Amino acid sequence: MTFFLISSIIKIIVVFTVIMVGVALLTLAERRICAWMQDRLGPNRVGPQGLFQPAADGLKNLLKEETLPAQADKVLFLLAPAMSFVPALLTFAVIPFATPLPTRWGDVDMVVANLPVGFLYILAFGSLGVYGIVLAGWSSNNKYSLLGGLRASAQMISYEIAMGMSTVAVLLLAGNVTLTDVIAKQSQSLFTWNVFPLSLAFFIFIVAAFAETNRLPFDLPEAEAELIAGYHTEYSAMKFSMFYIAEYANMVTASALMTTLFFGGWDIPFTQWDNTPPWTILKTVATLAAFTLKVGFFLFLYIWVRWTLPRFRYDQLMALGWKVMLPFALSYLTVIATAIWLLHDQLGWSYGTPFALALFGLNVLLAIPLFFVLDRGHLVSGSVAEEAG
Amino acid sequence: MSKRTVDLELATPGLDAQGRPARIPLTVAGGEVERQHEPTLDGEHMLMNIGPQHPATHGVLRLVVELDGETVVRVIPHLGYLHSGFEKLGEYRHYNQIIPLTDRTDYLSPMANNVGFALAAEALMGIEITPRCKVLRLIACEMSRIISHMVWLGTTSIDLGAFTPFLWAFQERERIYNLQEMWTGARLTTSVTRVGGMMADIPDQFVDGLRRFTETYPKTLHEIDRVLTRNAVWVGRTQGVGVMTADEAINYALSGPMLRASGVPYDVRKDRPYLDYETYDFDVPVGEHGDVYDRYLVRLEECHQSNRILMQALDRLPDGPVNVSDPRVILPAKSRAMNDMEAMIYHFKQVMEGVKAPVGEAYAGIENPKGELGNYLVSDGTAKPVRWRIRPPSFINLAALPKMAEGHLLSDLIAINASVDIVMGEVDR
Repeated sequence: MTFFLISSIIKIIVVFTVIMVGVALLTLAERRICAWMQDRLGPNRVGPQGLFQPAADGLKNLLKEETLPAQADKVLFLLAPAMSFVPALLTFAVIPFATPLPTRWGDVDMVVANLPVGFLYILAFGSLGVYGIVLAGWSSNNKYSLLGGLRASAQMISYEIAMGMSTVAVLLLAGNVTLTDVIAKQSQSLFTWNVFPLSLAFFIFIVAAFAETNRLPFDLPEAEAELIAGYHTEYSAMKFSMFYIAEYANMVTASALMTTLFFGGWDIPFTQWDNTPPWTILKTVATLAAFTLKVGFFLFLYIWVRWTLPRFRYDQLMALGWKVMLPFALSYLTVIATAIWLLHDQLGWSYGTPFALALFGLNVLLAIPLFFVLDRGHLVSGSVAEEAG
Repeated sequence: MSKRTVDLELATPGLDAQGRPARIPLTVAGGEVERQHEPTLDGEHMLMNIGPQHPATHGVLRLVVELDGETVVRVIPHLGYLHSGFEKLGEYRHYNQIIPLTDRTDYLSPMANNVGFALAAEALMGIEITPRCKVLRLIACEMSRIISHMVWLGTTSIDLGAFTPFLWAFQERERIYNLQEMWTGARLTTSVTRVGGMMADIPDQFVDGLRRFTETYPKTLHEIDRVLTRNAVWVGRTQGVGVMTADEAINYALSGPMLRASGVPYDVRKDRPYLDYETYDFDVPVGEHGDVYDRYLVRLEECHQSNRILMQALDRLPDGPVNVSDPRVILPAKSRAMNDMEAMIYHFKQVMEGVKAPVGEAYAGIENPKGELGNYLVSDGTAKPVRWRIRPPSFINLAALPKMAEGHLLSDLIAINASVDIVMGEVDR
């Protein structure tokens, strides 16, 4: 028990620190990568390659004046940044990031809390983040903030459903809601990574994850050209920083989720060496590196997309969420459930590479009508195009 | 979706109860006018103020927007935050002294404004400029068109959420600014023309520099084209948004890309040619639907065409004098003015008295990047105009904004406002 407590506290401190440092570096990475895409240098003055820029920014935000609008609801106004910041960090607690670490007193699971209901925990806490944004928008007593908050709530609720639906497919395949088991199931070969048998679920999930984290092309809550800064227009200094950190922490968590659910978590492809005991420190480090690489890839994807695409309009966003993503996720779930029932229960296949490849073939078949619909301009059209005829 | 017309009385209502001049209410919320019209708000609509300080108002435009949810019911633009009284200032200045004022109207295409004013002044005085000057002025106009359209592309893509094309476009603009600086010594306030000629001939490396620009510049255009033109989000945000039919566009007196995007093939360069535009080989892109997307396509193609014109102009650039030889119009060379009595007298008279224009009036319209820029001058025979009137394309195009935006969503209002391509320096003058 003492061992469990001490190891948990250490893990909490380490994970928290790593995420906070990671978020700081991520802000720098975003600025450097976008600068690279835009043929400019980006921040490179503070420290080597601008590495201390996030520290300088953090210090600046600490020293800046905190403003409080006279007509704001003070309690909620102060509470909102924390409400948005905390769930972003909490969600990471159930994500396994490496193989267990052997110590003299026993193996330590490389996950802050190996909850049996890890998956439900993620869904629950993931949807808490919206409260921070809505409260910020409402309590600021500013019309721009209010519109931003309203957009955020509508958007996050809409995409939450599609996101949940797409992950149900993963649970069907894993037969479990513990994330450790989801990973174990995926680590048989490269093709048992869920991205192959459930490619379309991954597609839905990644779109929903972009919407959930309010990143371009779904950054309507803060759409700077329309709403100035959206829900955090009235925030300054450290309270603004909290929203900023929350956004990036959400990105890290969403990337970690995509890695865990669809890309085998910490699994190293093409080898079974990392999946089998006895656990060694080398295995822990190697799998941690694999996990970090995968998360880093998705973070890069986030940044890449953000600096490439324009922003959706509100009605297009809603249409995409409710008219396409949700029906598609539902029907996809039905098809996948049937296929799994057929392969597993009727034909008696156990989960392995042939099983995964069969499902992958089904996905390719389904992808054709999906992208036919997506690509025909049914989704995105002018707001009064129907009237104009 | 119901569209409502503006029923607010915005004309100055004369004198108030105390006999003081009543003012146009700058604040709609809480004012007398709003109280009069309170019942129309139904308690559901929201009045929102966009600008004069807002990321997407392109300067200091202020839009008072009545929103039903996110749908724009009514837009009332408020102007005048950048009013500088240029036209009135011009009445106290010599013709050559007015040219720096024209820099500051449409400050995204200063050289074209200089040319527009110089053409009007020359029409008033009956001056025929030299062939080299014509080509140089045409180069100035087309360079301005490219920078203005580059800024438009960049800011519009920002307004629609795509940040990266903005910096690509601005890098091209920087290259033209470097050339402008080489020529005129200034990047923004060029004041490049004089009545009867130019402020200076182009420097030695200018032709090579501009030629290098015309060769490499289409690459950036193609990159922007690939990022935006067939991008589903971009298409969805712009097609069918802010539609103006050809008839409406004509009735609203639109000009430039705004008019041509609606399918009216009117271009001053083709229809009332100046600076020998009729001898150049270029096409005028014309849209079909009159929406934001067509305006984007028209402007993108105009950049290519401007590039074509620049290349032809560089090929035919003749030698010879830049300025007319009339000493009443053009200052003598400094060395002559210091050594030659007659030249010194001309120098003195021009500096002290300015260039005198005969009694009369003249109008010169040129195809500015934003539309038809007109300069109308009335002279009473002195060296200063009695009246100088600009026909500002941004201002007239902006008048169509409420018509285009009402019934659309708030995000569309931003896109439509961006597509008008306004410069507040010119709108407010």
